[in-house]
Amino acid sequence: MARITAGVACSHIPALGVAVDFEKTEEAYWKPAFTGFDWTREWEKAEEPDVVILVYNDHATAFDMKFIPTFAIGCAESFTPADEGWGPRQVPVVEGHPDLAWHIAQSCILDEFDMTIINEMEVDHGLTVPLSMMFGKVDKWPCKVIPLAVNVVTYPPPSGNRCWALGEAIRRAVESYPEDLNVQVWGTGGMSHQLQGPRAGLINKEWDNRFLDQLSGSTDALRHIPHIEYLRETGSEGIEMVMWLIMRGAMGKTTEQLHRHYHVPASNTAVGHIVLRPVDEASAANDVGAAA
Amino acid sequence: MTTPRDIHAYLAEFEDIPGTRVFTAARARQGYHLNQFAMSLMKAENRETFKANERAYLDRWPMTEEQKQAVLDRDFNRCLELGGNIYFLAKLFSTDGKSFAQAVSTMTDMSFEDYTAMMIAGGRSPVGVRSIKEKY
Ligand SMILES: [Fe+2]
Repeated sequence: MARITAGVACSHIPALGVAVDFEKTEEAYWKPAFTGFDWTREWEKAEEPDVVILVYNDHATAFDMKFIPTFAIGCAESFTPADEGWGPRQVPVVEGHPDLAWHIAQSCILDEFDMTIINEMEVDHGLTVPLSMMFGKVDKWPCKVIPLAVNVVTYPPPSGNRCWALGEAIRRAVESYPEDLNVQVWGTGGMSHQLQGPRAGLINKEWDNRFLDQLSGSTDALRHIPHIEYLRETGSEGIEMVMWLIMRGAMGKTTEQLHRHYHVPASNTAVGHIVLRPVDEASAANDVGAAA
Repeated sequence: MTTPRDIHAYLAEFEDIPGTRVFTAARARQGYHLNQFAMSLMKAENRETFKANERAYLDRWPMTEEQKQAVLDRDFNRCLELGGNIYFLAKLFSTDGKSFAQAVSTMTDMSFEDYTAMMIAGGRSPVGVRSIKEKY
């Protein structure tokens, strides 16, 4: 059976992608943002995931104001990096996993999550920047990717609780897929940032670090944070952190933190990153079984 | 799951955040054509047409006169007030060759240099700018 072996979260700031693409990661401004990902790049080489379910949001790229799906899953064979207004990023085409994606879509719909299914889509920095952070500059991404796009632009976005519950449904879906696959779930976006208005530039280190603290262990306090708290405490674009809760929900009851990184600033934004291992007893037993 | 929310109370709280326009359904409706105009700048040929004659290109869109003027003035706070969304407006400042940080700094009372220095020093503190009413 397929199994979820790890969860990863990170910011998907477009300027990080620019720094990778134009060899700026060693510059004094960027270096401290990037060194926190060195551990993860080595770890990913050892983990060799078959599939990453990558939770992100589209930033007026594939979706304009015509259609606003709350939760949409990419079921295509492949996804091309989009031209966001300054030419497409020179990164590999993203290969999908249509069989598993359709399985998750069907399973989630039966589980009462009314997913939108996408069969053709270009992907923006929200999806490609995390791939660059975790895998570096490569000719081909080392795994298949299932994009899971969440509306966090037009209000109301889904509640944190709903996101967490979708993560739980994704876990049930993956665990009922017959092929033996090593699957990771990534949550992206955040952390604190505000890109608009006179309050732009807001950063809340204390709040962000409390959020990071509460991703590990067995607390589920984060699922109950209301939208207004994200807006007041972490800036208008800090709401993207609800997407991290889909990843956390997919880890099961308890998690263990393997790695963590926090840095301010990257452009307007606080860079946050965490790697989690699910330690739910039932799945821990499965992992031992699968390894044997 | 959770108890149903009072939608009016939910929306009213958004108006209590200083210096912030939450992109509610009302703003999304008001700014629909402004945002779709900005979206059209994703295509290189549209960027060229726009740059050649901004006013003429704007006149192709059923936008209000205030919205058109805010675009011509690159007054991003005014664009937000008139229903613009920052991810859509990003197509406009990218067309101008401006980065997110440059465009964002124009919405504050700071120069780009001062804004950049504030970010390097840890960003804007949330203290005092969480709530208009409660002033905390
Ligand atoms: Fe984002």
